[in-house]
This record gives sequence, C-alpha cells and structure tokens, in this order.
Amino acid sequence: MNHGPLIFLGVFFALALSWFGLVFEPQLQLGNAQQATNVVNSAELYPQRRPGLAKQGLEVYRSLGCASCHSQQVGQTRRTYDVMLTDAGTNRADVARALLKVKTGASAVELEKALAGPMPLRILKDVTRAAADAAIEKLDPTGAKAEVKITPTGPDIARGWGKRRSVAEDFLFDQPVMLGSQRIGPDLADVGSRLPVAEWHLLHLYNPKIVEKKSVMPPYRFLFEKRKIGREPSPNALRLPGEFAPERDFEIIPTDQAKALVAYLISLRADTVIFETPMTVAVAASTNAPAVSTNAPVAAVTNAPAK
Amino acid sequence: MSAIPSSEPPVSPGTTAIPPVPPAEIDASCRVPVLVLFACAAVWLVTASAFALITSLKLHMPQLLADCPWFTYGRLQAMQMNALIYGFAAQTALGTSLWLIARLGRARLVQPGYVVVGALLWNLGVKIGIFGIQIGDSSGFEWLEIPGYASPILFVGYAIMGVCGLLTFHQRSEPTLYVSQWFLLAALFWFPWIYSTANLLLVFFPVRGVVQASINWWYIGSLSGIWFGFIGLAVIFYFLPKLPRRPLHSNPLAMLAFWALALFGGWGGIHHGAPLPAWIPSLSTVFTGLTLIPLLAIAINWNNTLAGASTSWKESLPLRFVFFGAVAYLLAGALSIVDSLPQVSQTTHFTFFTTARTQLLLYGFFSMTMFGAIYYVVPLLTQSEWPSAKWANRHFTLAALGIALYVASLALGGIFQGRALNDPNKSFLDALHIGLVFFRVSTLGDLLMLAGNGLLALNLAVWLVRCCRACCVPAIVAAVKPQLAEVAR
Repeated sequence: MNHGPLIFLGVFFALALSWFGLVFEPQLQLGNAQQATNVVNSAELYPQRRPGLAKQGLEVYRSLGCASCHSQQVGQTRRTYDVMLTDAGTNRADVARALLKVKTGASAVELEKALAGPMPLRILKDVTRAAADAAIEKLDPTGAKAEVKITPTGPDIARGWGKRRSVAEDFLFDQPVMLGSQRIGPDLADVGSRLPVAEWHLLHLYNPKIVEKKSVMPPYRFLFEKRKIGREPSPNALRLPGEFAPERDFEIIPTDQAKALVAYLISLRADTVIFETPMTVAVAASTNAPAVSTNAPVAAVTNAPAK
Repeated sequence: MSAIPSSEPPVSPGTTAIPPVPPAEIDASCRVPVLVLFACAAVWLVTASAFALITSLKLHMPQLLADCPWFTYGRLQAMQMNALIYGFAAQTALGTSLWLIARLGRARLVQPGYVVVGALLWNLGVKIGIFGIQIGDSSGFEWLEIPGYASPILFVGYAIMGVCGLLTFHQRSEPTLYVSQWFLLAALFWFPWIYSTANLLLVFFPVRGVVQASINWWYIGSLSGIWFGFIGLAVIFYFLPKLPRRPLHSNPLAMLAFWALALFGGWGGIHHGAPLPAWIPSLSTVFTGLTLIPLLAIAINWNNTLAGASTSWKESLPLRFVFFGAVAYLLAGALSIVDSLPQVSQTTHFTFFTTARTQLLLYGFFSMTMFGAIYYVVPLLTQSEWPSAKWANRHFTLAALGIALYVASLALGGIFQGRALNDPNKSFLDALHIGLVFFRVSTLGDLLMLAGNGLLALNLAVWLVRCCRACCVPAIVAAVKPQLAEVAR
C-alpha cells in the first residue's frame, strides 16, 4: 500500500502549523489594523505617519544597519496603582474619616495635617486595582476628588527609555519594522521624547564621544561634509567643542542623510496614551516643551478601562 | 527496525525491479556538483569568519574603518551572518543532502549538471546579496537582509538543486526509508516554503506593522530549528551509527523525534517583551517548551547507540566532528528551552547571550556536523586522501576550542550584562562594559575559528590544485595536443 501522499500531507501540516500560528493568525489579527481614535485625551488619530524627512531617515537607519545595536521595544514588567487625592473639598473632617477607613493604621491628626497641605496627595501607594477602586468609592461621597494613578514600571522605564511598553500600534506605518534584538546601544523606541534636540543628535552622530565619553558607538563622520568656510560660516555648521573642532577655516556640515536620520530619531516617540497600555499622565502644556514644569497642572488623564 | 545505514547492497525481498547502484557509481555521479558546493562553501566560510572577526574588533575599536560607510558595524554584522548562513551553511547543507539522498536511496544523483548550474546561481545570488548589503540595500530584516533583487536568484538556484534532489529520491532503489531521509525530505520542501513566504510578505508585498516582526521571527525559528536542524540531524543520524559501526538504538524513537520536531521545532524565539499580542510570545514559549520531548528522545537514542563505543570516536576525525555537533545540538536545544521562559529571557534578551545561543546552533552544531560530513565525503568522491591529515586534526582542535570559548564567554557575559541592565541603578554604559569584558574573550574565539576554517579551505585548495594537475591538465593536454599537431603540420 502506498502511504506516501498521506505521509507527505501529514508532514506538511505539522510544519505548516507554525506558519499558521506565527504568520497567518497575526496577519488576520493585525494585518488590517488602521489608524484609530484609540487615544484617550482627544479625537487624535493614532498612529500618525512619519513626516517625509523622517521616512527618509528610516531608510538611512535601515541601510546603515543601526538596528543591529539598537532595539526599539520598551519592556514593562508590571503596572502600579496609586490613589491620589487631587482636591480635599470643603468638608475636611468627613474626608479624614473616610481616609481613616481607607488607610488603616494612620492617625487622624496626621491626616488632617496632610489634608491641609499641597495637593495632589498620594493616599495609597502600589495597591491592587480593586483596592484602589474601593478607596475612590469611599472618598467620593465626602466631596473630595480622588483618582487612580496608573504607572507602568520596569527596568526599561526606570532607565527613562519610555513611559510605557511598546505596543503593536507604535509600528503600524513603518516599513521595514526594525525592532532589533541587541542592546549594544540604548533602546530607541522613545528617543524622540527623551532627546528632542536635533543639534544633540547631530553632534552625537558626528562623534559620540562629544556627548558621552564612554560611548562605544562608532563615529559616523561620513554623514557629514567637511568644507572650507565660504564668505561667511554656514548656519548649518556643527558647533563643535574645542578638541573636536576641525582646522581653522573649515566647518562640518551635516549631509541630507544625517538630517533625515536625525529627523527619524526625533520622530521616534512612543508616549501616546492608548487603551492598550493604561497609564496616567499629567497633561503638560506642550509636548514639545523640553523642560518639565514643576508646577504642572494637576489635571490628569487615565485611559484605564471604565468599570 | 534498527538499521545501520550501510553502503553494502541490501538483501531485501521487497526490492522491486530497480537494481541497486553500487556506491562507487553514486559517488561518481555526485562528484562534481557536491565538490563545487563544498568548495564554494569553504570560501564563504573563510569570508564569513573574516567578517566576523572584523565585526568583533569594531566593538573594541569603534574608530576602526569608521569613515567607510561600506563597513559600518550594522552592515558587517549582516554580511557575516548572511555569508555564514547562505554562503557556507546552506551550500554544505545542500551538498551533503544530495549525497545522502543518493547514497541512502542507492540511486545515482539525477542531472548533476543542473545541480552545478543551481549551485552557481546560488553563489551568484549570495554574492550580489552580500554586496547589496554592503552598499546599503539591506532589507532590514534579520537573516533576510539579502535585498529583493538577489533573493529570487537564490530561490531559483535552490529550486534547481531541490528538484534534482527530489528526482534522485524518487529514483531510489531502496524502498525502506531510513530516518535521515525523512529529515532530509522535509527540509528540502521546507526551505522554499519559508524563504518565499518571508520574502514575499516582508520585501515584495510587505504586510503592515508588527506582523513583519512576527514573520521575521518565524523565519529565523524555522530556518534554524527546522531547516538547519533537520539537515544536521539527518547527517548525525547517518554518521553516528555508521562510523562506529553500531545499530541505531531505536528507529521508532527517531521517528517520534521527527514528528515532534516537525510540530514544535519552528516556533522558537519570540520573547515576552515583544510588542505583539500576548498570545504570540506565549504560544512560542509553549511550543519551544514542548521541544523537550524530541530533545530527550534524540538524546536517549544517541546515547544508547553510542554506548560502549567510546574508543572508536578518537580514531575517526569525521566522527569527532559529528559527535561535537551532536552534543552542541542537545545543548543548544536545552538552552533555547530555558531561554524561552519569560523569567529567563527577561534577563538574557537583548544581551550577548542570544548571540551565544545562535552561534552554538549555527557553528557548534550545524557547521561542526557539516565539517564531519565534508571530511568523510570528499575522500570518497575524489578517491584520494586529504592532502594533510594534520591540518584536518588541527581544524577540529581550533574550531572546537574557538566555539567553546566564544559561546561560554558570551553566554556568561550576557547573563551578567542582562542582570546589570535590569538594575536601573547601574548606568547603561556600565552594564554594556560588563558584557564587553567577556566579549573580548569571544574575539579570541573568533580568531581560533577563523584559523580552523582557514585550514579546511587550505586543505580543499591544495586538493583542488592537485586534482587539476592530476586530471584536468592531462585532459586539456589530450584535448589540445591533436590540434597542436594539426597546426604544426
């Protein structure tokens, strides 16, 4: 009897199982993903296509093989829930009584004192989601305003590499998607919000040692042009510190490739609050502001799913 | 049924009308194509290890070749990986597979001329592809960096060789299949499937978003786990019983390993932090965990096959290579299971540990096994001894030492680096420099491997020159002489 075709089919299906699981199914689930208003605080669509120059920069990134040293995926180990009191209201005594129920082991005097202090006030730190919701329920009737603050945590986030983990949406419009598998250099998923200044990136590309003495990144001087200063110095020329500066009468001008690459790096921002990765962020004035104001408004957005 | 894959004609009553072909004739039919594949592979091997050494040095001296865009770290890294995978590993894999299919089926290799054409096309594709990476046309996908204008050449080259392999299998005069043939046949079919799927969906008609990453991981897992895994296993299952002249312990156990690997082998490598829906990495972990079954089956099988044969492996150089490959396979399999656990990959991912694991599989297991096959097959094909047995022995010592040093240092370094990376109080650069201390040792490993691979290439080159002198030159002279005489007259 000839079992050949049957065995062939059997082997084929056994092997094709991984194709089904890792190619076909993901494509069914994610292949038709669209821009959506999957953002919490506005009708803004996410993700946005990268601007043209940044798109060219992605090609430079791919072509030079940057992804062999830099990953673009922020990890997150867990999420913490804090309960924050944003407004103590007028009936302090009632609030204090409710707080005593929420926060076992606290003294009434201390609580009163804290309530008079600056807001927002952290009432509970790193509790379960259920405990946080219960606390809010107890505080609500007293007229005080309280909210759950959700913070993603993990070593990557503690390093400042991102505010939340990277999710599928972040890469929707990239071609190719270069997640990287090595961290010989730092993760770049959110480098645009960490280092938003083009000048910094240009100096770093020209010679990483200018901004980081111990860096092992090679200099990418071929992305720059060294030329004689014309009638007057170019406004695009790099402002290099003494020891790195070229000879007199020469200046270093970034090429189009360098500018595109930097535009791409700055466009790498994975800080939009979307439902898939709940977190609470203070609504700071402008996202482009380099310095974070210490008196940021207390209003906050949470994208935690509704109860 | 336990069987030694022997070269003597079988005495099986079920044999049909097709008379078995004597081994010498089979070897003769394989001579030119397999030697072409091996010779080209050896050149690529040396190229790959030279690239690997430069890449490694670039991490010590970032200024090295820094002003030359053709030699950025990223490009060199991709070039050395592709030279190793497509230049060396794939070509030896094909050469050995074709010879094994012919030998085990007791049939002559079909259309050796076409195989040579396929091999030359394949080499052309790899050459264009690697040059493409060098000038910056890399596709940006790991292990698939060869740009879209070169990958179809590779595919066509493979298809020609693959069809010849299938036809040879079809013409076999030995109807009973040995387990190696199962592995070889599945691998023969699986490569065009994964290579075309990955290239079509990533390069030619790209899917959107992170599905690309998922497909890329699937390709890497399938290529290393199924294609290289199956061909390497076929060779080990052939030589491990044959060279010490012992019966394979259990055929059913080997078949169990085959089916289990076909089901679970191609899922590896997706770590838990990946920006994919959580079920994908979970599935990957579960299936990688299940490869424990075939791994144990294989380990028991090999162990019992070799039990009591401890002396003979010192005498045979091919057996030593194959034995090293077998141990490395088990080790790499165990490591990949451990590494798929989220608690472990949380530390090891993104570190040199992953490099160590890949290299253990590609060089420690696959390349070493293939070296064994080359050292065994070439003398049969050429009917002459290796020019220098000493070089061959040195090759084993250097390669074994080199890969051991490389894997041990990077695995250990990766663990330390990962622990430091997970501690936000340590700066990123401090964590990296911890890893780089170990990386320096691995460069020494690279150097040893390069030296060993050089010896293999040298051995082949000397043999080629000798062969030319012995057969080609007289043949040409014989062909030209009458005409010269004609002219003289």
